[in-house]
Amino acid sequence: MSKEIKFNEETIALVNKIIKRYPEGKQKSALLPVLHIAQAEFDGWLSPETMEYVASLLRIKPVEVFEVASFYSMYNLKPVGKCILEVCRTSSCWSRGSEDIIKHLEKKLGIKVGETSKDGMFTIKSVECLGSCGGAPMLQCGASFHENLTLEKVDNIVENYRVEGKRKSYTDQDFKNTL
Amino acid sequence: MGKKILLEHINVPGIKSLDVYRQNGGYASVEKALKTMAPDVIVEEVKKSGLRGRGGAGFPTGMKWSFLAKPEGVERYLVVNADESEPGTFKDRYLMEKIPHILIEGMITSSFALGAKTSCIYIRGEYFYVSRILEAAIEEAYAAGLLGKNILGTNFSHDIFVQVGAGAYICGEETALLESLEGKRGNPRIKPPFPAVAGLYGCPTVVNNVETIASVPYIVMNGGDDYAKIGIGRSTGTKLISASGHINKPGVYEIEMGITVEDFIYSEEYCGGILNGKKLKAVVAGGSSVPILPADLILKTEKGEPRLMSYESLSDGGFATGTMLGSGGFMVYDETTSIVKNLYTFARFYHHESCGQCSPCREGTGWMEKILHRIVEGHGKHGDTDLLWDIQRKIEGNTICPLGDAAAWPVASAIRHFRAEFEEYINHPERIKEFKHLQELVS
Ligand SMILES: Cc1cc2nc3c(=O)[nH]c(=O)nc-3n(C[C@H](O)[C@H](O)[C@H](O)COP(=O)(O)O)c2cc1C
Ligand code: SF4
Ligand code: FES
Repeated sequence: MSKEIKFNEETIALVNKIIKRYPEGKQKSALLPVLHIAQAEFDGWLSPETMEYVASLLRIKPVEVFEVASFYSMYNLKPVGKCILEVCRTSSCWSRGSEDIIKHLEKKLGIKVGETSKDGMFTIKSVECLGSCGGAPMLQCGASFHENLTLEKVDNIVENYRVEGKRKSYTDQDFKNTL
Repeated sequence: MGKKILLEHINVPGIKSLDVYRQNGGYASVEKALKTMAPDVIVEEVKKSGLRGRGGAGFPTGMKWSFLAKPEGVERYLVVNADESEPGTFKDRYLMEKIPHILIEGMITSSFALGAKTSCIYIRGEYFYVSRILEAAIEEAYAAGLLGKNILGTNFSHDIFVQVGAGAYICGEETALLESLEGKRGNPRIKPPFPAVAGLYGCPTVVNNVETIASVPYIVMNGGDDYAKIGIGRSTGTKLISASGHINKPGVYEIEMGITVEDFIYSEEYCGGILNGKKLKAVVAGGSSVPILPADLILKTEKGEPRLMSYESLSDGGFATGTMLGSGGFMVYDETTSIVKNLYTFARFYHHESCGQCSPCREGTGWMEKILHRIVEGHGKHGDTDLLWDIQRKIEGNTICPLGDAAAWPVASAIRHFRAEFEEYINHPERIKEFKHLQELVS
């Protein structure tokens, strides 16, 4: 499963393009975007090796990377499922039934919030407002937003991801928002 | 129908593309500003317009721009705040997704006024797919000579890039945002110095909300005085409202400031009334940070006047009986809603999002979450309501950034207006499942 922690040439070119946005010597600014890319490339999480690699690319200390990676909620510091189902739990989603959505997912997948299914396919996360309150209740998976959820819709969404069987990342080009 | 400035062309097919956007008058402000106006004149027009920051604080934009330091030979930056993480707020996402060029146009025109060679959109990481839409729009603008060197053949050159965050509400606070943009943890800086003097990389920087910047093209094209005629009093112009919760038509609405709250909630043009014909219980009118108000006080001020959708009217009565327009995140709760449980979702949010630098915020938000958790679970203790009150008071005003206040106000207002409901939870935990009976207590 684990591969060598190294970007291919195309990704290196992308990283260099990102670094060029910033003034000379400010390449640390590229840290958040590059961590997103690294997480997507290396199994959906940031292992210590991945973080050290990113540090070397940006010519900063590994501790500067750990510090940042642990601050932001979108970086996973532990292995996760291929599809992270992130269900919003804040006010407007809560008032329109997000608790039922979470319970349904837990039962359906046989896991609790924060856990990963045995087949490594799904992780359930409960998250704070995703700026999708008009489509409450909602969940995000990778780059895609799924809004106005019902239990049946959740079943469909989960089935579709299962059939597709692919890892979903925030950086995916092919997002599929459903209303 | 009220005046539309930002969403006028939102339903035009293909408005996302540069061609269609231009066919509908798009980018005219770049042409006008760069070829016929001096930067200072634009700043003056923005001052005259009365435009106030749409990110939440409502600070006059023209005034903010005039504070920007302009030392010789030092870069200046415009940073657009698209972090949009205040619960209940989703207007910037809508605008950027549907009509990205209005923001790019506003950024070019505003950057010309500010003398910024580079500007950036800092967008919350969860909106990754929106960053793709913005990047495609930016690419189109470069190809059309609207970005890059010598824009439209003038001496003005400008570059724009999009930076994605990675999940942290606090990065919406402008100095935390700048830290994050420099590749660091999002810890707010101690002010002064303000970003206008030392912002991104220590250079003078203006940070403005997406909606604020998207309003600039209209002001440049029509003049500040024209803009100031829209709206009411010091609440000039239009405002995007994100409407959610128990209403028939959740969504983003552009309103002319000054319409009544009642009209906004009940008319077909906007929210279309309460879901399933239920009664209105309460509203959080400006994003999770602003005080919650019960139905009677959101519809009418204490003096019995109709409450209007404007900065002044919503805050009429101060915190005792009023609230704030904030970010325009308008969350509606019907008669079956548990105010205590809803507050718990907010308290959990603020605890989760505190950056941890100041102990009143770090510890206080944790205590409030813990106490509210035990109350909603039916293990509340006598005196817990007073304890919550004391904690929120000790946070307010004692922290580096306003997140502390933002965490305190929802708690204070829920207790102020719905105290009986807290006591009911504490005294009769066996009745917690039946939220409906609580309505009798407050009406
Ligand atoms: C905790 C916190 C979160 C904030 N989040 C946002 C945000 O998501 N978007 C935003 O525009 N302003 C946000 N602000 C306000 C910004 O600090 C800043 O005032 C604003 O971006 C200025 O732009 P404006 O004058 O155009 O409103 C936040 C402030 C605080 C204290
Ligand atoms: S008030 Fe809270 S979020 Fe703001 S700096 Fe202090 S600890 Fe951080
Ligand atoms: S409350 Fe769920 S997306 Fe905003």
